[in-house]
Amino acid sequence: MKARVIVTLKNGVLDPQGQAIEGSLVGQGFEGVQSVRQGKVFDLELEAADALAAETEIRRMCEKLLANTVIENFDIEIIG
Amino acid sequence: MKSAVVVFPGLNRDRDMVTALEKIGGTPPVVVWHKDAELPDVDLIVIPGGFSYGDYLRAGAIAARSPMMDTIRERAEKGVHVLGVCNGFQILTEAGLLPGVLMRNASLKFVCKEVKLSVANANTPFSKEYASGQVFRCPIAHHDGNYFADAETLKSIEDNGQVVFRYAEDTNPNGSINDIAGITNAKGNVLGMMPHPENLIEPAHGGEDGRGIFAGLLGPVNTYG
Repeated sequence: MKARVIVTLKNGVLDPQGQAIEGSLVGQGFEGVQSVRQGKVFDLELEAADALAAETEIRRMCEKLLANTVIENFDIEIIG
Repeated sequence: MKSAVVVFPGLNRDRDMVTALEKIGGTPPVVVWHKDAELPDVDLIVIPGGFSYGDYLRAGAIAARSPMMDTIRERAEKGVHVLGVCNGFQILTEAGLLPGVLMRNASLKFVCKEVKLSVANANTPFSKEYASGQVFRCPIAHHDGNYFADAETLKSIEDNGQVVFRYAEDTNPNGSINDIAGITNAKGNVLGMMPHPENLIEPAHGGEDGRGIFAGLLGPVNTYG
């Protein structure tokens, strides 16, 4: 089973890296850029009985390690 | 007072910490490698600074999930004092022993310099050698020291007197909310701080401002040996 986890900063959490990237994009002439928030992507391969079991397991992984839920949200996508 | 310094792979401030504890406490701490089967029975556990596991994923995140941290959590619940400095502070927040999180410095730069700290709560075992409101010097060296907590957590730690040290005199080096440099848990026996008091403990360091934290915990023994 393959899955992708996307970790993003919660709204309202300061993202200086995103701001620096935004500044660079605007500086390179992409003047339409209004906001950039950066995050992380994890591609996982795991053994699981079915998609639901995989998602349940990955949710636990996110809560335990992959995301810091004080400042981050996560999304799980089961690729199959 | 017996103390232990716990070392995870990638920490590099452990020797400074061992020296400070020995010079101020009079006896050397036990140095415990994270894989050691046992953490000896001590009154103070210290997690020093550095870059555990290369700060991969998030600063302190991987060390925080190690079996050794479960042991430290159990000891803390029994009332043993725990001090985390720099990466040690990051590990304690990631492990959930302290509230909030330490994010990338607002400047995005690694900052290595001296700051001023003010004592926001002198009524803790870690700060009792200082006076409330006292301002003292302390070195810092970090990339991820930008303390953040949600509004509710922040109100609760402020109301409970858990904020022990703040960056003073406009020296906030990292964007920390409310200028927070060091906090305790609700019970008051676990302290995390980004600055390095162990690097300002004797005249050869250019000052002794950091001694009070160790002297308060260990009892003052004035040795410069």
